[in-house]
Amino acid sequence: MTLLGTLALWLAFLLGVWGALAGFMGGLATPPRPDLARSARHAVFAMCGALLVAVVSLEWALFQHDFNVEYVAAYTSRNLPIFYTWSALYAGQKGSLLFWATVLSVFGSLALALTSRRHRHLLPHVAGVVSVVAAFFISVMLFGHANPFQRLPYTPLDGSGLNPQLQNPGMVFHPPMLYLGYISITIPFAFALAALLSKRLDADWLVAIRKWTLLSWLFLSIGICLGMWWAYVELGWGGYWAWDPVENASLLPWLTMTAFLHSVMIQEKRGMLKKWNLALIIGSWLLSIFGTFITRSGVISSVHSFTQSSVGYFFLAFLIVAGVSSFALYATRLPLLEAEARLESMVSREASFLFNNLLFIGIAFSVLWGTLFPILSELVQGTKVTVGPPFFNQVNIPLGLALLGLTGIGPLIAWRRASLPNLQRQFAVPVTVGVFTGLVLLVAGIRDFYALMAMALGGFVMGTVVQEFARGTGARHRQYGEGYALALGRLLARNRRRYGGYIVHTGIVILFVAFAGMAFKTETEATLKPGESASIRSPYGWTYRLTHLGISQYDALNRQVTAATLDVTRDGTPLGVLTTEKRQHVDALGRPTFQPSTEVGIRSDLREDLYVVLGGVVNGTEQAVFRFTINPLVWWVWYGGMIVALGGLIVMWPGGSPAVKRAQAGYAVRLVEEK
Amino acid sequence: MMRPRNDGATECGRREFFGFAAAGLLSVVPSFRRFVPVQDTLPSTGPSGRLWDPARAGRPLDPVVAADNDAAIQAIEKQLHCTCGCNLDVYTCRTTDFTCGVSPEMHRQVIALAERGMTGQQIVDQFVHAHGLTILMAPPKRGFNLAGYFTPAVVIVVAAAALTLVLRRWARAASGVPAAPPAASNVTAAPEELERLRRELDQLPT
Repeated sequence: MTLLGTLALWLAFLLGVWGALAGFMGGLATPPRPDLARSARHAVFAMCGALLVAVVSLEWALFQHDFNVEYVAAYTSRNLPIFYTWSALYAGQKGSLLFWATVLSVFGSLALALTSRRHRHLLPHVAGVVSVVAAFFISVMLFGHANPFQRLPYTPLDGSGLNPQLQNPGMVFHPPMLYLGYISITIPFAFALAALLSKRLDADWLVAIRKWTLLSWLFLSIGICLGMWWAYVELGWGGYWAWDPVENASLLPWLTMTAFLHSVMIQEKRGMLKKWNLALIIGSWLLSIFGTFITRSGVISSVHSFTQSSVGYFFLAFLIVAGVSSFALYATRLPLLEAEARLESMVSREASFLFNNLLFIGIAFSVLWGTLFPILSELVQGTKVTVGPPFFNQVNIPLGLALLGLTGIGPLIAWRRASLPNLQRQFAVPVTVGVFTGLVLLVAGIRDFYALMAMALGGFVMGTVVQEFARGTGARHRQYGEGYALALGRLLARNRRRYGGYIVHTGIVILFVAFAGMAFKTETEATLKPGESASIRSPYGWTYRLTHLGISQYDALNRQVTAATLDVTRDGTPLGVLTTEKRQHVDALGRPTFQPSTEVGIRSDLREDLYVVLGGVVNGTEQAVFRFTINPLVWWVWYGGMIVALGGLIVMWPGGSPAVKRAQAGYAVRLVEEK
Repeated sequence: MMRPRNDGATECGRREFFGFAAAGLLSVVPSFRRFVPVQDTLPSTGPSGRLWDPARAGRPLDPVVAADNDAAIQAIEKQLHCTCGCNLDVYTCRTTDFTCGVSPEMHRQVIALAERGMTGQQIVDQFVHAHGLTILMAPPKRGFNLAGYFTPAVVIVVAAAALTLVLRRWARAASGVPAAPPAASNVTAAPEELERLRRELDQLPT
């Protein structure tokens, strides 16, 4: 099967090269060459087929425990659960490159197959761009010593197994979700380049990529949230975001894509910001490649990185070539990207969206700046500095709060021009809610400035969202005589983009409030013998009492477990028992494969999490060292993430009212003379 | 009486079977009693006090002492970068990665320096002196590092100022263009009617 896999990779590479040549030649030829365009399209389909054969070949080797294959020996063992044997496909550098290329070819094929005939003129270039990018990833595997089918000169009895921290359900879903987000940005990017190459810079390409941008944003959002959840339950440090370079790399394209999802509305409604929107799509794609470069190059130290290898140079070169050529093409088309309309007032929805974009891009810049500052410092000062959470929190929290404020302000301001009475009427309720929330929290004793601001601004934004829903529902109730529940349902169903967007805003508010909760985190360490207790006081004033019941040791499928059990009470009320473990993973021969890892014990409710970590034991006895942490509002991070995802799904759900479809189709008129 | 069978097994009657079963049970009870918890020689550490295989529980740890939970010590450690390659601060690393041998050692150094009467800043300076600036979780706000802290803010402020100027220019230009006002100048609607129109426009899908 490895021979088949390698042959499939070579075939896919050749098809990618042909797809790129045929796509660009077919798209640029005058007169048009539909035969080449067709050939490029078929090349993408065939490349997708070849890559799927390669994936099946690698999975076959993984499930057959063919430890003569270096990748199989490095990331699996005979006793690895099936769930994780499957996910080993993308657990390592080589397999994840194959996964990247395959998913890209699947997305490319879907884009070519499903895109409306109306945008057919863009498709040869789309096929060309998808082929170039996929061929690059395949070339890294073939020429960058990253072939997942590489064989060893000997066959080990068992493999090394999967890193214990990757043996978590979160890691089965988090990397593919992030990859899907990263990879699917290539499709909007391909359409943007197609529009630039074909000089068809009307709103057509925007219509063609609408679903793809939302899909990409949704995958990135879900992937980031799943990554936070995995870090929280698996890594044991008691938090979910550490401003690690790889975490930052995932946030960057999310920020620019979110900016695009806002600014594209201005282009659709007013024919403005064409240059900006194109730049955002190109920038988002480059940032997704930058994220891949960061993860794989080892240029910046990160706990998430793959092993440092030469593939980083491939990515750096590709990033530079792709960035320079994309923006050079963009620069040549700038005269064709003049706006159809001008801003009419500083106090308008358009202006607020522009400031919203400024903040999104500003935050992206500050995250990128902080991530790269160690390298910059080394270049300038000759000393490498560490840029950790204190830096990012200091720089980004004020920007994030300003952005949260704009989340509430934007929907309240009318398009084109807002009048003073309009502003007064729109802002009265949300501002009152925000101020009231702040005062209540102040009276309740909250003195942390940022937490207070996050919650007060959250109140303001929720005031905006509820007011928007209430007014829309009320209008339907008055106009059509519908009951309030029906009116609310139809309001959402017929105007998914707008009200789905408000649901996303609700999720964002919940996330900010939950983040603010971490300002009140408390923690303590204790050494307990069985029967002994420790106490920890929660920010709500409760006292948790944890009694060490003892330690048991037993063997599980691929690990030897040392489990400590604690009896938990809160203000004397029994809450049950909590178990935290040390796991020594072993291979099928019983040999230890990794350092012992920690399995956290978490007791959650809506207000706070009790987070218990078994540090280890003293002198080989049952006397154990524990870390107890109270993390307020953590569940709201997961709820907030789910609500963001739900809102995103509502926005991108197909259908909607015919009137809205007609209206949106109307925005997609050609605004520039075709050349 | 048990009799050997042709197949090598032993045949036994019902009475004999129950008799043997009762005897077996009685012999088990005393051995079972050995597993019933009894007062241990090492109070509160379970029957034996020792784990069956301590190596499975990771690196042996020392008992927690008061300094480990000292907020001042923790505050210092949160400023110091563990050099084991984990990207975490010393406090987080030593309370998370219990296999790390670097952060506990740095923790002991912090405690030792604090016990010698050094202030938090002096302790941090001591580490910087020994390891360089890379030991800090965030660069100090001086020299070139100031650019690290202020560049994002300066860029955003400058961009916001530029954006404001451009928007104002656009807005002024739009108000001076005759093409835009005609609609407004020809409108004979009252201000409240215009306001109602704006409100309804607001309700249109975005």
